Amino acid sequence: MTRLDDRALERLRAAVREPDLSETKYRLAGVAGSGGMGTVYIVEDTELRRRAALKVLDVPDAGTEARLRREAQVLARLEHPGIAPVHDMGALPDGRVFYTMKWVQGERLDARLSRPVPLAERLRLFLRIADAVAFAHAQGVLHRDLKPENVMVGAFGEVLVMDWGLAKVVGDGADLVPRTAESAVLGTAGFMSPEQAAGESAGVDARSDVYSLGVMLQWMAAGEGVPALRAVWRKAMAAPREERYPDVGALAADVTRFLDGAAVSAYPETFLHRALRMAKRHRVALGIVAAYLAGRALILLFTGR
Amino acid sequence: MVRAFPPTRHSAVAAVRSADTAQRAKGLAILSAVYWRPVYTYLRLRWRKPHEEAADLAQEFFTQVVQKDVFARFDPSRARLRTFLRTCIDGLVANHDKAASRQKRGGGSPHLDFDGAREEIEGLEGGCHSPEVQFEKEWARGVFGIALRRLEQECASTGRSQNYALLQRYDLDDERPTYAELAQRFGVPVTDVTNRLFRVRRELRRIVLEVLRELTASEEEFREEARALLGDGAV
Repeated sequence: MTRLDDRALERLRAAVREPDLSETKYRLAGVAGSGGMGTVYIVEDTELRRRAALKVLDVPDAGTEARLRREAQVLARLEHPGIAPVHDMGALPDGRVFYTMKWVQGERLDARLSRPVPLAERLRLFLRIADAVAFAHAQGVLHRDLKPENVMVGAFGEVLVMDWGLAKVVGDGADLVPRTAESAVLGTAGFMSPEQAAGESAGVDARSDVYSLGVMLQWMAAGEGVPALRAVWRKAMAAPREERYPDVGALAADVTRFLDGAAVSAYPETFLHRALRMAKRHRVALGIVAAYLAGRALILLFTGR
Repeated sequence: MVRAFPPTRHSAVAAVRSADTAQRAKGLAILSAVYWRPVYTYLRLRWRKPHEEAADLAQEFFTQVVQKDVFARFDPSRARLRTFLRTCIDGLVANHDKAASRQKRGGGSPHLDFDGAREEIEGLEGGCHSPEVQFEKEWARGVFGIALRRLEQECASTGRSQNYALLQRYDLDDERPTYAELAQRFGVPVTDVTNRLFRVRRELRRIVLEVLRELTASEEEFREEARALLGDGAV
Protein backbone atom coordinates (compact mmCIF):
# COMPACT_ATOMS: atom_id res chain seq x y z
CA MET A 1 0.00 0.00 0.00
CA THR A 2 1.30 3.45 -0.87
CA ARG A 3 2.05 6.00 1.80
CA LEU A 4 -0.99 8.03 2.88
CA ASP A 5 -0.60 11.65 1.92
CA ASP A 6 -1.56 14.42 4.33
CA ARG A 7 -4.94 15.02 2.73
CA ALA A 8 -5.92 11.34 2.85
CA LEU A 9 -4.76 11.18 6.47
CA GLU A 10 -6.96 14.14 7.42
CA ARG A 11 -9.94 12.64 5.58
CA LEU A 12 -9.51 9.35 7.39
CA ARG A 13 -9.19 11.10 10.72
CA ALA A 14 -12.41 12.99 10.06
CA ALA A 15 -14.08 9.80 8.82
CA VAL A 16 -13.47 7.91 12.04
CA ARG A 17 -14.07 10.94 14.28
CA GLU A 18 -17.38 11.98 12.74
CA PRO A 19 -20.49 10.52 14.37
CA ASP A 20 -21.96 7.46 12.70
CA LEU A 21 -25.51 8.68 11.98
CA SER A 22 -26.45 5.81 9.66
CA GLU A 23 -29.31 4.44 11.76
CA THR A 24 -30.54 7.74 13.13
CA LYS A 25 -32.85 10.48 11.86
CA TYR A 26 -29.93 12.92 11.73
CA ARG A 27 -27.73 13.96 8.82
CA LEU A 28 -24.40 15.67 9.32
CA ALA A 29 -24.37 19.34 8.31
CA GLY A 30 -21.16 20.67 9.83
CA VAL A 31 -18.98 21.08 12.90
CA ALA A 32 -19.93 23.65 15.53
CA GLY A 33 -16.90 23.30 17.79
CA SER A 34 -14.70 21.03 19.86
CA GLY A 35 -14.10 20.84 23.55
CA GLY A 36 -11.99 18.90 25.99
CA MET A 37 -13.90 15.64 25.69
CA GLY A 38 -15.96 15.83 22.55
CA THR A 39 -17.20 17.64 19.51
CA VAL A 40 -20.47 19.42 18.80
CA TYR A 41 -21.79 18.82 15.28
CA ILE A 42 -24.53 20.64 13.44
CA VAL A 43 -27.04 18.05 12.22
CA GLU A 44 -30.26 18.07 10.25
CA ASP A 45 -33.18 16.37 11.95
CA THR A 46 -34.77 14.74 8.88
CA GLU A 47 -38.09 14.05 10.63
CA LEU A 48 -38.70 17.45 12.18
CA ARG A 49 -36.81 19.19 9.37
CA ARG A 50 -34.83 21.45 11.60
CA ARG A 51 -31.22 21.87 12.60
CA ALA A 52 -29.94 20.65 15.93
CA ALA A 53 -26.62 20.48 17.74
CA LEU A 54 -25.33 16.96 18.39
CA LYS A 55 -22.71 16.46 21.06
CA VAL A 56 -20.67 13.27 20.98
CA LEU A 57 -17.49 12.03 22.63
CA ASP A 58 -14.43 11.67 20.41
CA VAL A 59 -12.99 8.83 22.46
CA PRO A 60 -15.45 7.47 24.99
CA ASP A 61 -14.62 5.97 28.33
CA ALA A 62 -16.79 5.20 31.31
CA GLY A 63 -16.02 8.54 33.02
CA THR A 64 -16.65 10.85 30.09
CA GLU A 65 -19.72 8.88 29.04
CA ALA A 66 -21.20 9.34 32.49
CA ARG A 67 -20.40 13.04 32.29
CA LEU A 68 -22.10 13.43 28.92
CA ARG A 69 -25.20 11.59 30.11
CA ARG A 70 -25.25 13.70 33.26
CA GLU A 71 -25.02 16.87 31.22
CA ALA A 72 -28.01 15.82 29.09
CA GLN A 73 -30.02 14.81 32.17
CA VAL A 74 -29.23 18.09 33.89
CA LEU A 75 -30.21 20.12 30.83
CA ALA A 76 -33.46 18.17 30.55
CA ARG A 77 -34.40 19.45 34.02
CA LEU A 78 -33.84 23.06 33.05
CA GLU A 79 -36.52 24.62 30.87
CA HIS A 80 -35.54 28.26 30.63
CA PRO A 81 -35.07 30.68 27.71
CA GLY A 82 -31.46 31.14 28.82
CA ILE A 83 -30.60 27.42 28.67
CA ALA A 84 -30.50 25.38 25.42
CA PRO A 85 -33.14 22.61 25.63
CA VAL A 86 -32.20 18.95 25.09
CA HIS A 87 -34.08 17.13 22.32
CA ASP A 88 -32.77 13.61 22.43
CA MET A 89 -30.17 11.28 23.96
CA GLY A 90 -28.96 7.86 22.86
CA ALA A 91 -26.12 5.74 21.48
CA LEU A 92 -24.84 5.85 17.91
CA PRO A 93 -24.34 2.65 15.88
CA ASP A 94 -20.60 2.92 16.64
CA GLY A 95 -21.40 2.73 20.36
CA ARG A 96 -20.77 6.36 21.25
CA VAL A 97 -23.23 8.17 23.51
CA PHE A 98 -24.69 11.38 22.10
CA TYR A 99 -27.34 13.95 22.84
CA THR A 100 -28.94 16.58 20.68
CA MET A 101 -30.05 20.03 21.74
CA LYS A 102 -31.29 23.25 20.23
CA TRP A 103 -28.92 24.61 17.61
CA VAL A 104 -28.03 28.05 18.89
CA GLN A 105 -27.10 30.54 16.23
CA GLY A 106 -24.99 33.34 17.55
CA GLU A 107 -21.55 33.94 18.88
CA ARG A 108 -19.73 33.30 22.10
CA LEU A 109 -19.80 36.03 24.71
CA ASP A 110 -16.04 36.56 24.49
CA ALA A 111 -16.34 37.10 20.73
CA ARG A 112 -19.31 39.45 21.14
CA LEU A 113 -17.50 41.57 23.71
CA SER A 114 -14.31 41.72 21.67
CA ARG A 115 -16.11 44.55 19.85
CA PRO A 116 -17.06 47.82 21.57
CA VAL A 117 -20.31 47.41 23.52
CA PRO A 118 -21.61 50.11 25.94
CA LEU A 119 -21.28 49.26 29.64
CA ALA A 120 -25.06 49.34 30.21
CA GLU A 121 -25.58 46.80 27.42
CA ARG A 122 -22.85 44.55 28.83
CA LEU A 123 -24.47 44.68 32.26
CA ARG A 124 -27.86 43.82 30.77
CA LEU A 125 -26.24 40.77 29.12
CA PHE A 126 -24.77 39.87 32.50
CA LEU A 127 -28.22 40.05 34.11
CA ARG A 128 -29.60 37.61 31.53
CA ILE A 129 -26.78 35.18 32.33
CA ALA A 130 -27.42 35.61 36.05
CA ASP A 131 -31.16 35.00 35.47
CA ALA A 132 -30.47 31.63 33.79
CA VAL A 133 -28.02 30.60 36.53
CA ALA A 134 -30.46 31.68 39.28
CA PHE A 135 -33.16 29.57 37.63
CA ALA A 136 -30.82 26.55 37.55
CA HIS A 137 -30.03 27.07 41.24
CA ALA A 138 -33.74 27.15 42.01
CA GLN A 139 -33.94 23.73 40.30
CA GLY A 140 -31.06 22.44 42.43
CA VAL A 141 -28.40 22.63 39.72
CA LEU A 142 -25.01 24.33 40.11
CA HIS A 143 -23.15 25.07 36.88
CA ARG A 144 -19.55 25.06 38.26
CA ASP A 145 -17.90 26.18 35.01
CA LEU A 146 -19.23 29.65 34.28
CA LYS A 147 -17.01 31.61 31.93
CA PRO A 148 -17.45 33.75 28.79
CA GLU A 149 -16.66 30.79 26.50
CA ASN A 150 -19.69 28.97 27.89
CA VAL A 151 -22.19 31.69 27.04
CA MET A 152 -23.75 32.18 23.60
CA VAL A 153 -25.31 35.47 22.55
CA GLY A 154 -27.92 35.45 19.80
CA ALA A 155 -28.52 38.03 17.11
CA PHE A 156 -31.18 39.78 19.23
CA GLY A 157 -29.15 39.82 22.43
CA GLU A 158 -30.68 36.61 23.77
CA VAL A 159 -28.32 34.74 26.04
CA LEU A 160 -27.83 31.00 26.47
CA VAL A 161 -25.69 29.47 29.19
CA MET A 162 -24.00 26.39 27.72
CA ASP A 163 -21.77 23.47 28.71
CA TRP A 164 -23.34 21.97 31.80
CA GLY A 165 -20.89 19.05 31.77
CA LEU A 166 -19.53 19.88 35.21
CA ALA A 167 -22.92 20.71 36.73
CA LYS A 168 -23.76 19.40 40.16
CA VAL A 169 -27.26 18.46 41.19
CA VAL A 170 -28.11 19.15 44.81
CA GLY A 171 -31.23 18.39 46.81
CA ASP A 172 -34.01 16.43 45.07
CA GLY A 173 -32.67 14.53 42.10
CA ALA A 174 -29.06 14.46 43.25
CA ASP A 175 -29.22 10.68 43.16
CA LEU A 176 -30.26 10.68 39.50
CA VAL A 177 -26.77 11.38 38.28
CA PRO A 178 -23.34 10.06 39.25
CA ARG A 179 -21.36 12.19 41.64
CA THR A 180 -17.90 13.44 40.98
CA ALA A 181 -15.01 12.49 43.23
CA GLU A 182 -15.05 14.49 46.46
CA SER A 183 -11.55 15.83 45.85
CA ALA A 184 -11.80 16.42 42.09
CA VAL A 185 -10.77 19.87 40.86
CA LEU A 186 -13.51 20.88 38.45
CA GLY A 187 -13.86 24.18 36.64
CA THR A 188 -11.66 26.61 34.76
CA ALA A 189 -8.68 28.31 36.37
CA GLY A 190 -9.27 32.03 36.68
CA PHE A 191 -13.05 31.63 36.88
CA MET A 192 -13.45 28.91 39.50
CA SER A 193 -13.98 29.72 43.17
CA PRO A 194 -11.22 29.08 45.73
CA GLU A 195 -13.18 26.13 47.14
CA GLN A 196 -13.36 24.55 43.65
CA ALA A 197 -9.66 25.17 43.09
CA ALA A 198 -8.97 23.44 46.40
CA GLY A 199 -10.95 20.43 45.19
CA GLU A 200 -13.58 20.78 47.94
CA SER A 201 -16.34 19.26 45.83
CA ALA A 202 -18.58 18.69 48.84
CA GLY A 203 -18.30 22.32 49.94
CA VAL A 204 -19.33 23.80 46.61
CA ASP A 205 -22.70 25.57 46.71
CA ALA A 206 -24.55 28.41 44.94
CA ARG A 207 -21.95 30.87 46.22
CA SER A 208 -19.30 29.13 44.08
CA ASP A 209 -21.29 30.13 40.98
CA VAL A 210 -21.68 33.60 42.54
CA TYR A 211 -17.89 33.80 42.62
CA SER A 212 -17.56 32.81 38.95
CA LEU A 213 -20.25 35.33 38.02
CA GLY A 214 -18.26 37.96 39.92
CA VAL A 215 -15.20 37.16 37.77
CA MET A 216 -17.38 37.36 34.67
CA LEU A 217 -18.84 40.69 35.79
CA GLN A 218 -15.36 42.11 36.27
CA TRP A 219 -14.34 40.76 32.85
CA MET A 220 -17.49 42.07 31.18
CA ALA A 221 -17.10 45.53 32.73
CA ALA A 222 -13.56 45.49 31.30
CA GLY A 223 -12.13 47.80 33.92
CA GLU A 224 -14.82 50.45 33.44
CA GLY A 225 -16.17 49.95 36.91
CA VAL A 226 -16.90 52.97 39.04
CA PRO A 227 -16.32 52.27 42.77
CA ALA A 228 -19.85 50.98 43.34
CA LEU A 229 -19.64 48.43 40.48
CA ARG A 230 -16.16 47.37 41.56
CA ALA A 231 -17.54 46.78 45.04
CA VAL A 232 -20.20 44.49 43.54
CA TRP A 233 -17.77 42.16 41.80
CA ARG A 234 -15.38 42.28 44.75
CA LYS A 235 -18.16 41.16 47.06
CA ALA A 236 -19.12 38.38 44.62
CA MET A 237 -15.46 37.31 44.46
CA ALA A 238 -14.75 37.39 48.21
CA ALA A 239 -12.48 34.48 49.14
CA PRO A 240 -14.52 33.49 52.24
CA ARG A 241 -17.88 32.24 50.98
CA GLU A 242 -19.81 33.84 53.82
CA GLU A 243 -18.68 37.29 52.64
CA ARG A 244 -20.12 36.80 49.13
CA TYR A 245 -23.70 37.45 48.05
CA PRO A 246 -25.77 34.62 49.49
CA ASP A 247 -27.27 33.83 46.09
CA VAL A 248 -27.24 34.90 42.43
CA GLY A 249 -30.49 36.87 42.91
CA ALA A 250 -28.82 39.18 45.45
CA LEU A 251 -25.88 39.77 43.08
CA ALA A 252 -28.24 40.49 40.17
CA ALA A 253 -30.28 42.85 42.34
CA ASP A 254 -27.18 44.92 43.08
CA VAL A 255 -26.23 45.07 39.38
CA THR A 256 -29.79 46.14 38.56
CA ARG A 257 -29.63 48.86 41.24
CA PHE A 258 -26.33 50.04 39.77
CA LEU A 259 -27.88 50.20 36.28
CA ASP A 260 -30.80 52.21 37.72
CA GLY A 261 -28.42 54.63 39.47
CA ALA A 262 -29.53 53.46 42.90
CA ALA A 263 -27.28 52.60 45.86
CA VAL A 264 -25.83 49.07 45.84
CA SER A 265 -25.69 46.98 48.99
CA ALA A 266 -21.99 46.18 48.47
CA TYR A 267 -20.87 49.79 48.64
CA PRO A 268 -21.37 51.98 51.77
CA GLU A 269 -21.49 55.52 50.39
CA THR A 270 -20.06 58.70 51.89
CA PHE A 271 -22.30 61.82 51.83
CA LEU A 272 -20.36 63.18 48.82
CA HIS A 273 -20.70 59.93 46.84
CA ARG A 274 -24.41 59.80 47.62
CA ALA A 275 -24.87 63.43 46.53
CA LEU A 276 -22.96 62.83 43.30
CA ARG A 277 -24.90 59.67 42.52
CA MET A 278 -28.22 61.37 43.26
CA ALA A 279 -27.19 64.28 41.08
CA LYS A 280 -26.30 61.88 38.26
CA ARG A 281 -29.50 59.90 38.70
CA HIS A 282 -31.69 63.04 38.68
CA ARG A 283 -29.60 65.01 36.25
CA VAL A 284 -32.56 65.84 33.97
CA ALA A 285 -34.66 67.28 36.79
CA LEU A 286 -31.62 69.08 38.20
CA GLY A 287 -30.89 70.48 34.76
CA ILE A 288 -34.43 71.86 34.46
CA VAL A 289 -34.23 73.43 37.94
CA ALA A 290 -30.77 74.86 37.16
CA ALA A 291 -32.01 76.31 33.86
CA TYR A 292 -35.04 77.82 35.63
CA LEU A 293 -32.85 79.37 38.35
CA ALA A 294 -30.37 80.70 35.76
CA GLY A 295 -33.26 82.28 33.85
CA ARG A 296 -34.64 83.88 36.97
CA ALA A 297 -31.19 85.20 37.80
CA LEU A 298 -30.85 86.78 34.35
CA ILE A 299 -34.27 88.39 34.60
CA LEU A 300 -33.33 89.74 38.03
CA LEU A 301 -30.05 91.06 36.68
CA PHE A 302 -31.51 92.90 33.69
CA THR A 303 -34.81 94.09 35.08
CA GLY A 304 -33.90 94.58 38.70
CA ARG A 305 -37.12 92.75 39.60
CA MET B 1 -23.56 -2.38 18.08
CA VAL B 2 -19.83 -2.07 18.56
CA ARG B 3 -18.57 -2.63 22.10
CA ALA B 4 -17.03 0.55 23.37
CA PHE B 5 -14.74 -0.99 25.99
CA PRO B 6 -13.34 -4.41 25.11
CA PRO B 7 -12.17 -6.08 28.31
CA THR B 8 -9.08 -7.81 26.93
CA ARG B 9 -5.86 -6.13 25.96
CA HIS B 10 -3.36 -7.70 23.58
CA SER B 11 -0.62 -5.16 23.90
CA ALA B 12 2.25 -5.26 21.43
CA VAL B 13 4.36 -3.56 24.09
CA ALA B 14 3.77 -6.51 26.42
CA ALA B 15 4.21 -9.00 23.56
CA VAL B 16 7.75 -7.88 22.69
CA ARG B 17 8.73 -8.61 26.29
CA SER B 18 7.10 -12.04 26.24
CA ALA B 19 9.17 -15.19 26.79
CA ASP B 20 7.36 -16.72 23.83
CA THR B 21 9.28 -16.21 20.57
CA ALA B 22 6.16 -16.12 18.39
CA GLN B 23 4.56 -13.51 20.64
CA ARG B 24 7.74 -11.41 20.58
CA ALA B 25 7.88 -11.55 16.79
CA LYS B 26 4.20 -10.58 16.52
CA GLY B 27 4.61 -7.68 18.90
CA LEU B 28 7.71 -6.43 17.09
CA ALA B 29 5.95 -6.71 13.74
CA ILE B 30 3.13 -4.41 14.90
CA LEU B 31 5.44 -1.93 16.62
CA SER B 32 7.83 -1.70 13.70
CA ALA B 33 5.00 -1.44 11.17
CA VAL B 34 3.62 1.62 12.98
CA TYR B 35 6.85 3.18 14.22
CA TRP B 36 9.52 2.58 11.60
CA ARG B 37 8.62 5.68 9.64
CA PRO B 38 8.38 7.93 12.71
CA VAL B 39 11.74 6.59 13.95
CA TYR B 40 13.43 7.00 10.57
CA THR B 41 11.92 10.48 10.08
CA TYR B 42 13.01 11.55 13.54
CA LEU B 43 16.57 10.36 12.91
CA ARG B 44 16.69 12.26 9.63
CA LEU B 45 15.14 15.50 10.88
CA ARG B 46 16.15 15.71 14.53
CA TRP B 47 19.61 14.17 14.27
CA ARG B 48 20.32 15.12 10.66
CA LYS B 49 21.42 11.58 9.88
CA PRO B 50 21.96 10.74 6.21
CA HIS B 51 19.70 8.11 4.68
CA GLU B 52 22.04 5.10 5.10
CA GLU B 53 22.90 5.86 8.69
CA ALA B 54 19.29 6.66 9.66
CA ALA B 55 18.10 3.39 8.08
CA ASP B 56 20.79 1.41 9.94
CA LEU B 57 20.03 3.11 13.24
CA ALA B 58 16.30 2.53 12.84
CA GLN B 59 16.91 -1.17 12.12
CA GLU B 60 19.18 -1.34 15.11
CA PHE B 61 16.61 0.39 17.27
CA PHE B 62 13.98 -2.29 16.58
CA THR B 63 16.53 -5.02 17.16
CA GLN B 64 17.38 -3.52 20.54
CA VAL B 65 13.71 -3.31 21.48
CA VAL B 66 13.74 -7.10 21.78
CA GLN B 67 17.38 -7.88 22.52
CA LYS B 68 17.88 -5.26 25.21
CA ASP B 69 14.33 -5.38 26.57
CA VAL B 70 13.92 -1.65 26.06
CA PHE B 71 10.32 -1.63 27.27
CA ALA B 72 11.35 -2.83 30.72
CA ARG B 73 12.03 0.84 31.42
CA PHE B 74 8.70 2.04 30.02
CA ASP B 75 6.18 3.32 32.56
CA PRO B 76 2.93 4.45 30.84
CA SER B 77 1.96 6.49 33.89
CA ARG B 78 5.02 8.71 33.40
CA ALA B 79 5.22 9.22 29.65
CA ARG B 80 3.47 8.40 26.41
CA LEU B 81 4.98 5.59 24.39
CA ARG B 82 5.99 7.98 21.61
CA THR B 83 7.80 10.26 24.04
CA PHE B 84 9.57 7.24 25.54
CA LEU B 85 10.58 6.02 22.08
CA ARG B 86 12.02 9.40 21.16
CA THR B 87 14.05 9.38 24.38
CA CYS B 88 15.33 5.89 23.51
CA ILE B 89 16.29 7.04 20.02
CA ASP B 90 18.15 10.01 21.49
CA GLY B 91 20.06 7.59 23.73
CA LEU B 92 20.80 5.26 20.85
CA VAL B 93 22.18 8.10 18.74
CA ALA B 94 24.29 9.41 21.63
CA ASN B 95 25.82 5.94 22.19
CA HIS B 96 26.26 5.43 18.49
CA ASP B 97 28.06 8.73 18.02
CA LYS B 98 30.17 8.09 21.08
CA ALA B 99 31.38 4.76 19.81
CA ALA B 100 31.82 6.34 16.38
CA SER B 101 31.23 3.02 14.83
CA ARG B 102 28.14 1.34 13.51
CA GLN B 103 27.03 -1.69 15.42
CA LYS B 104 26.14 -4.70 13.45
CA ARG B 105 22.50 -5.49 13.08
CA GLY B 106 21.20 -8.38 15.10
CA GLY B 107 19.17 -11.20 13.64
CA GLY B 108 15.41 -11.24 13.67
CA SER B 109 14.91 -7.57 12.94
CA PRO B 110 12.02 -6.82 10.55
CA HIS B 111 12.78 -5.86 6.98
CA LEU B 112 11.78 -2.25 6.49
CA ASP B 113 11.59 -0.38 3.20
CA PHE B 114 13.67 2.71 3.93
CA ASP B 115 14.42 3.51 0.31
CA GLY B 116 10.78 4.34 -0.36
CA ALA B 117 10.75 6.75 2.56
CA ARG B 118 13.97 8.46 1.55
CA GLU B 119 12.57 10.80 -1.08
CA GLU B 120 9.57 11.76 1.03
CA ILE B 121 11.72 12.62 4.04
CA GLU B 122 14.19 14.58 1.94
CA GLY B 123 11.24 16.57 0.65
CA LEU B 124 10.34 17.40 4.23
CA GLU B 125 13.77 18.64 5.29
CA GLY B 126 13.65 22.36 5.78
CA GLY B 127 9.85 22.15 6.10
CA CYS B 128 7.72 23.87 8.72
CA HIS B 129 7.23 20.89 11.08
CA SER B 130 9.50 20.15 14.00
CA PRO B 131 10.97 16.62 14.18
CA GLU B 132 8.62 15.90 17.10
CA VAL B 133 5.52 17.01 15.15
CA GLN B 134 6.67 15.03 12.13
CA PHE B 135 7.20 12.01 14.39
CA GLU B 136 3.56 12.30 15.55
CA LYS B 137 2.32 12.68 11.98
CA GLU B 138 4.24 9.62 10.80
CA TRP B 139 2.87 7.72 13.78
CA ALA B 140 -0.69 8.64 12.76
CA ARG B 141 0.12 7.56 9.21
CA GLY B 142 1.46 4.25 10.54
CA VAL B 143 -1.64 3.55 12.65
CA PHE B 144 -4.02 4.32 9.78
CA GLY B 145 -1.83 2.38 7.35
CA ILE B 146 -2.08 -0.80 9.45
CA ALA B 147 -5.79 -0.26 10.11
CA LEU B 148 -6.48 0.11 6.39
CA ARG B 149 -4.58 -3.08 5.57
CA ARG B 150 -6.56 -4.98 8.19
CA LEU B 151 -9.81 -3.46 6.99
CA GLU B 152 -9.03 -4.47 3.42
CA GLN B 153 -8.27 -8.03 4.53
CA GLU B 154 -11.45 -8.23 6.63
CA CYS B 155 -13.58 -6.91 3.80
CA ALA B 156 -12.03 -9.38 1.36
CA SER B 157 -12.51 -12.35 3.67
CA THR B 158 -16.18 -11.52 4.28
CA GLY B 159 -17.08 -10.80 0.66
CA ARG B 160 -17.38 -7.05 1.18
CA SER B 161 -14.46 -5.87 -0.92
CA GLN B 162 -16.73 -3.35 -2.61
CA ASN B 163 -17.18 -1.54 0.71
CA TYR B 164 -13.43 -1.11 1.01
CA ALA B 165 -13.24 0.05 -2.60
CA LEU B 166 -15.91 2.67 -1.82
CA LEU B 167 -13.86 3.97 1.11
CA GLN B 168 -10.77 4.01 -1.05
CA ARG B 169 -12.48 6.05 -3.76
CA TYR B 170 -14.18 8.43 -1.36
CA ASP B 171 -11.56 9.01 1.33
CA LEU B 172 -8.21 8.13 -0.26
CA ASP B 173 -8.38 9.24 -3.89
CA ASP B 174 -7.13 12.70 -4.81
CA GLU B 175 -10.46 13.82 -6.23
CA ARG B 176 -13.37 13.07 -3.93
CA PRO B 177 -16.33 11.82 -6.01
CA THR B 178 -19.98 12.56 -5.17
CA TYR B 179 -22.23 9.82 -3.83
CA ALA B 180 -24.05 9.84 -7.16
CA GLU B 181 -20.80 9.28 -9.06
CA LEU B 182 -19.91 6.42 -6.74
CA ALA B 183 -23.37 4.92 -7.17
CA GLN B 184 -22.95 5.00 -10.95
CA ARG B 185 -19.43 3.60 -10.86
CA PHE B 186 -20.34 0.72 -8.52
CA GLY B 187 -23.82 0.13 -9.98
CA VAL B 188 -25.70 0.53 -6.69
CA PRO B 189 -28.34 3.02 -5.46
CA VAL B 190 -27.09 6.20 -3.77
CA THR B 191 -28.63 5.13 -0.44
CA ASP B 192 -26.53 1.97 -0.66
CA VAL B 193 -23.41 4.05 -1.12
CA THR B 194 -24.10 6.14 1.99
CA ASN B 195 -25.02 3.10 4.08
CA ARG B 196 -21.97 1.13 2.99
CA LEU B 197 -19.69 4.09 3.58
CA PHE B 198 -21.11 4.50 7.09
CA ARG B 199 -20.55 0.80 7.77
CA VAL B 200 -17.01 0.66 6.43
CA ARG B 201 -16.04 3.83 8.28
CA ARG B 202 -17.49 2.34 11.47
CA GLU B 203 -15.33 -0.73 10.88
CA LEU B 204 -12.30 1.46 10.27
CA ARG B 205 -12.90 3.31 13.54
CA ARG B 206 -13.15 -0.02 15.38
CA ILE B 207 -9.91 -1.29 13.84
CA VAL B 208 -8.04 1.98 14.45
CA LEU B 209 -8.98 1.80 18.14
CA GLU B 210 -8.00 -1.88 18.14
CA VAL B 211 -4.55 -1.02 16.74
CA LEU B 212 -4.14 1.70 19.36
CA ARG B 213 -5.02 -0.77 22.09
CA GLU B 214 -2.29 -3.07 20.80
CA LEU B 215 0.19 -0.22 20.86
CA THR B 216 -0.51 0.86 24.41
CA ALA B 217 0.06 -0.71 27.78
CA SER B 218 -2.84 0.68 29.81
CA GLU B 219 -6.37 2.01 29.35
CA GLU B 220 -5.25 5.47 30.35
CA GLU B 221 -2.47 5.48 27.78
CA PHE B 222 -4.90 4.14 25.19
CA ARG B 223 -7.34 7.02 25.83
CA GLU B 224 -4.54 9.57 25.58
CA GLU B 225 -3.30 8.10 22.32
CA ALA B 226 -6.83 7.90 20.92
CA ARG B 227 -7.41 11.56 21.78
CA ALA B 228 -4.08 12.46 20.20
CA LEU B 229 -5.11 10.64 17.04
CA LEU B 230 -8.82 11.45 16.85
CA GLY B 231 -9.52 14.27 19.26
CA ASP B 232 -9.54 18.00 18.89
CA GLY B 233 -6.13 19.44 18.07
CA ALA B 234 -4.68 16.21 16.69
CA VAL B 235 -1.51 16.88 14.72
